Amino acid sequence: MWRILAGSAVVLFSVSAQAQENVQLKPGAGLQTVEANCTACHSLDYPRINSVFLKRQGWEAVVNKMINAFGAPIKPADAKVIVDYLTENYGTGG
Amino acid sequence: MISRRAVMAGGALALAGAGPLSRAALAADDSVLPRGLPQGVYDTATLEALPGKKPLIKLSYRPPNYETPLSYFSSEFTPNESFFVRYHLAGIPEEIDVAKWQLKIGGEGAGKPLELSVNELRSDFEPVEVAAVCQCSGNRRGFSEPHVTGVQWGLGAVGNALWKGARLKDVLKRVDLRPETIEIVFNGADIPVADGTPDFIKSLPLEKALDDNTLIAYEMNGAPLPHYNGFPIRMIVPGWTAVYWVKHLDTIEASTKPLAGFWMKNAYRIPTGKFPIVQHFLTQMNATTEPITEMVVNSMVTAPQHGHTMRAAETIEVRGLAWDGGYGVKRVEFSVDGGQVWREAELGKDAGRFAFRTFSFPFTPPSAGVYQVMARASNSVGQTQVEKLIFNPAGYHNNVIRPLTVNVL
Repeated sequence: MWRILAGSAVVLFSVSAQAQENVQLKPGAGLQTVEANCTACHSLDYPRINSVFLKRQGWEAVVNKMINAFGAPIKPADAKVIVDYLTENYGTGG
Repeated sequence: MISRRAVMAGGALALAGAGPLSRAALAADDSVLPRGLPQGVYDTATLEALPGKKPLIKLSYRPPNYETPLSYFSSEFTPNESFFVRYHLAGIPEEIDVAKWQLKIGGEGAGKPLELSVNELRSDFEPVEVAAVCQCSGNRRGFSEPHVTGVQWGLGAVGNALWKGARLKDVLKRVDLRPETIEIVFNGADIPVADGTPDFIKSLPLEKALDDNTLIAYEMNGAPLPHYNGFPIRMIVPGWTAVYWVKHLDTIEASTKPLAGFWMKNAYRIPTGKFPIVQHFLTQMNATTEPITEMVVNSMVTAPQHGHTMRAAETIEVRGLAWDGGYGVKRVEFSVDGGQVWREAELGKDAGRFAFRTFSFPFTPPSAGVYQVMARASNSVGQTQVEKLIFNPAGYHNNVIRPLTVNVL
């Protein structure tokens, strides 16, 4: 699925062309919500490399940045599930 | 709305193919992944080759962020296939038809807007070459104490190349800049995936834009720019961090007011006055924060590796690279006793004040033991690498002296 900008010299990256993108997150409550909301804009190595050093407050700040600064269309209920998942699986606790 | 399907959920669960090196090997080899990064980097990073590149350290697939392993830095010029890759947005150009590429130059400060093809950029303007270090603002972020969020770069989000292109100031002459112009704005062909994500657009103060060394480059080390380093044209802003070196450049605008937006007002800022910076971005500063501008003086030992083992009375040559924000490396000192006694290293060929400067010194340990070997660079405006991190929330400007251990039998 190529995305071609009309009249431009550019063909944009296709998601399906990235066959090598093998990144898995730990199984756990909320993982499907994380995958559904986060992977459109970035691969899942982002939370992995940013671990383990964030408390809940830190993951909240990250998710809020994605929503407020980067315009991620994440529903508030999903945001809470995502923060819970990241805190539990990629956080320092507390 | 997300402009592309979230098919990655399926993609991410696909069976992993065997990489060139196992993750365990990455974690154990200090020449690939240096010590001090968050544990998640050792569990996640892999050595993988993008098209046209040697295997680099993959930190993230999408957007692609790949850094150069320390062992690839063997001279003052970094080969194109070894050069690091950094993108902010996942919508990056895949196939580019250079014959159709148009650079639009306009904006409210331009009296006569202009469009240039890459051929016109090559033929209508004096070609200029400059050797310059391109370093991500967040290079070494991964060593921040405490750790801070972002791409967890180690040592390799930096490289030095011989860039060839047209001077930006020569191009701007053709559009008749109005006297009210205060910033020049740059945009490339990479785009956001979600509608609400701000496009990556950066500006330079007029003075830096008109600097003789600021180029629109079409060649890197004598070859066309690699795709992942901004083909077919990119900005070259010698001395300043790579955030201003906009890739896949397609739009330049002369602006009569400070550029707004996330990438100027929120990102890529440092606490005002916290670093010994000479060049400030005056139209974007406030009392609390200011944009990151020039690089701080820095160095890295490229050989031997941390944990090297040798015999007493044997001599090895310790080698490394030093650079700064364009004032020129004046001196590199070294210590083999953890920083008690410092002596001067020998500097290599001078490829220009914006380039990597090689350095070396002989090391002959007199007796068995563990030696802490380190280097510290100073530049011609009196700046020296720091012993203690100057902490900032984004993890920029990390030029902490970094000892490595040599075991002598």
